[in-house]
Amino acid sequence: MKTSITRREFLQKSLAGAGIAIAVSITPYGTKLLSAEEAAKEGPDFSPNVWLTITPDDIVHVIVNKSEMGQGVYTSMPMIVADELDADWKQVRMTEALAADKYKDPIWGRQSTGGSTTIRHMYKPLRIAGAAARQMLISAAADIWKVPESECEAYRGTVRHIVTKRSLTFGKLTEKAASIPVPKSPALKSEDKFDLIGSPVERLDVPDKSRGKAMFGIDTFVEGMQYAAIARPPAYGAKPLSFDKDAAMKVRTVSHAVPIPTGIAVCAGTPEGAWKGRDALDVKWDKGIEPGLDTASLEKKFMADLAKEGITARNDGDVKTVLDAAPKTIEATYVLPYLSHATMEPMNCTVAIGPASCEIWVPTQNQTGVLELAEKETGLKPDQIKVHTTYLGGGFGRRFEIDVVEEAVKIAKAAGKPIKLIWKREEDMKHDFYRPANVSRIEGAVDEKGRMTAWSHKIVCPSIFSRVFPGQVKNGIDPAAVEGVRNMEYEVPNLRVEYVRIDTPVPVGFWRSVGSSHNGFTVESFVDEAAHAAGKDPVEFRLGLLKNHLRAYRVLETVAEKAGWAKPLQKAQGRGVAQHMSFGSYIAQVAEVSVDKKDRSIKVHRVVCAVDCGPIVNPAIITAQMRGAIVMGLSAALKEAIAFAKGGVGSSNFDNYPLLRMADVPDIEVHIIKSKDEMGGIGEPGLPPIAPAVANAVFNASGIRVRRLPMKPETVLAAMKKV
Amino acid sequence: MITLEINGKQHSVDVPADVPLLWVIREHLRLTGTKFGCGKGLCGSCTVHVDGKAERSCQIPVAEAQGKKITTIEAVASTPSGAAVQKAWVAEDVPQCGYCQSGQIMTASALLSANPKPTDAQIDEYLSGNLCRCGTYQRIRKAVHKASREMKKGGKP
Repeated sequence: MKTSITRREFLQKSLAGAGIAIAVSITPYGTKLLSAEEAAKEGPDFSPNVWLTITPDDIVHVIVNKSEMGQGVYTSMPMIVADELDADWKQVRMTEALAADKYKDPIWGRQSTGGSTTIRHMYKPLRIAGAAARQMLISAAADIWKVPESECEAYRGTVRHIVTKRSLTFGKLTEKAASIPVPKSPALKSEDKFDLIGSPVERLDVPDKSRGKAMFGIDTFVEGMQYAAIARPPAYGAKPLSFDKDAAMKVRTVSHAVPIPTGIAVCAGTPEGAWKGRDALDVKWDKGIEPGLDTASLEKKFMADLAKEGITARNDGDVKTVLDAAPKTIEATYVLPYLSHATMEPMNCTVAIGPASCEIWVPTQNQTGVLELAEKETGLKPDQIKVHTTYLGGGFGRRFEIDVVEEAVKIAKAAGKPIKLIWKREEDMKHDFYRPANVSRIEGAVDEKGRMTAWSHKIVCPSIFSRVFPGQVKNGIDPAAVEGVRNMEYEVPNLRVEYVRIDTPVPVGFWRSVGSSHNGFTVESFVDEAAHAAGKDPVEFRLGLLKNHLRAYRVLETVAEKAGWAKPLQKAQGRGVAQHMSFGSYIAQVAEVSVDKKDRSIKVHRVVCAVDCGPIVNPAIITAQMRGAIVMGLSAALKEAIAFAKGGVGSSNFDNYPLLRMADVPDIEVHIIKSKDEMGGIGEPGLPPIAPAVANAVFNASGIRVRRLPMKPETVLAAMKKV
Repeated sequence: MITLEINGKQHSVDVPADVPLLWVIREHLRLTGTKFGCGKGLCGSCTVHVDGKAERSCQIPVAEAQGKKITTIEAVASTPSGAAVQKAWVAEDVPQCGYCQSGQIMTASALLSANPKPTDAQIDEYLSGNLCRCGTYQRIRKAVHKASREMKKGGKP
């Protein structure tokens, strides 16, 4: 059923627009292109994922199936199409895709944005779509002029006849081009002919975002909508004992007060009515499933689980024998907290349900998830449901979750009216799917020549995948919990990685760079400790362990050179380094810090970053993503930790969950390595190295080894006393 | 009835006196460029100008805004500093997700009205109340300097 709708829509669009439309379908056997006509004839397995339409007014419309959350896909994806098409960038427009089968990610088979995959997954399909359209436009012009195609070329939105210097704009060619068969394997440009790809093209979304015109989820208005607010339990699993519905209903403009699975919802004609109504409910809750849960009880549980035997995730050589016989061993335990995503736009969703329709406006990273949820909740068919992806005011993995959509749909059903649900900041912070806490113990051995001979690494960490993608938990091992350790770049002959899954009431989810956000810290802190134990320079020591890992070797070498690793620093400053591969990209960073002699606060003066992500689409976006990830990672390294109290979350807003502010943000230099190696992601991998680079720099500056995040002054002081 | 002067226009709204100005601007009058971030004056997303000064609209009961000239992101280009800041923001490609940027621009333009040639430290201090989770701070600093130079030249690029 889904595909027939897809095909009908496809035909309607191409017939009505008198333009040419190309669908790219990725099948298990490769990529194929279909014209509108062919698409209509295709069998039920047809699932195109990219649309490109050129309209007679010379506009190139690129439909983007990925969510824009600041990472630049509303620019980079159209750039790829436009370059292959030889379009005039000024005539390129993007339109966000509705949730539909035809827009599914070709690798995942789902429409969602995450894992730093957008360009990696879409680069080739988008190039093919652009190249096919270019070839058809050239054929159309050649046909009109009655000249050989070989005498024609596409150039910035036109096709030119090289000999006679005649030219026609794309818009004038659309009708003719639409009648031309789609080439089965269009020739892609050679990379030296790229006009846009590889250039710091300015972002398409910046003008609107600088004028307050960009529409985020929270900016949605629907005729006749009500505002919804939810009274939520203060402790995990707490159930309502009583609530005063009458008091809520007496509040001005309140129309409904209904229990939903996550609390008691109130609807009102105004936002203030909804929140006052919610407060008037005066809900009494029971104590929840673990009333004694707090920050200390959680840490105690994690520490206790370190004693448990874990599941072996990797076992090279004979770690035990080598450790027992080693002349020098080191051991360290690292502790990392739960973290909030704290997207600047709090969770929100707007829903309008009719007798045979459901429309949802939501800043989401997970369109397929939203669509499936809406099908389940409303009983409607996919073609009766429209999911509009608005701009996302930050994502970082939080917006992969569809909890807010489920609430909004349930409330809209109960209210019988369109509703807009806005979470307050306190709800957003207390009801997140947090970056998991992590406690890791590592033992290592260094031989007489200062070589790392053994590494035994035990990770105690909750499992994200067992909830989100249980099929990817193999042999009890959550892939995120061990990522960056199990696949570490370092060549250590005896390496054991053990995973102890810990279950607590605290829900965990994807947070920018996921497992690498904690494992990058433990691995890069420990290798630094090992370098010092071996009496070696931290860069030299690492390079010695990367002889067969050339991309990691090269970023490390580059960052050391760019940072002036060997040059003396100002007095009382220290320098630290870290490298980490995640999402297919290799990143190394050097941080320069000083530690205040009195209050032990850390000041980061400068960060130098080298990145090898393979082929480059937009270097300005890569630089922005590196800097942004470093700022977010530095915020986590120095400031952030979710506090728990009385069975629930204690942190509530930016006063008790502070983020890094402008004055604390150092200058960050980014060096992009020219690389022909496999393409890596860019949204997340800049984050993992910064916390260990800073911790290693703190050690270099002060001799204090901080093994606990965040590195607040009191944490540094406690670490100093321990040393 | 509450009467407000926003962006040079008079608006009458039937809301309780204690409703934060933010919600009246955003949800009642649908000037959605002004954003909700924290509701406690901690993040700066809701920054507007009240009689030319940068204020957190989530902290102002709507009744107290009566009789004052309120400017939002939608009309900040009508001031010399606002126009220069917006232009610099586009030129430097400042926004990423963009959600905090209206607030950043409102604060930056108020800074330049009061201090047309701020130092890095003055920019950091003045803008320290505005959070950006995407970490666009380095480009914000650069854009504020650029806007400052443009204003000196009389707003001409």
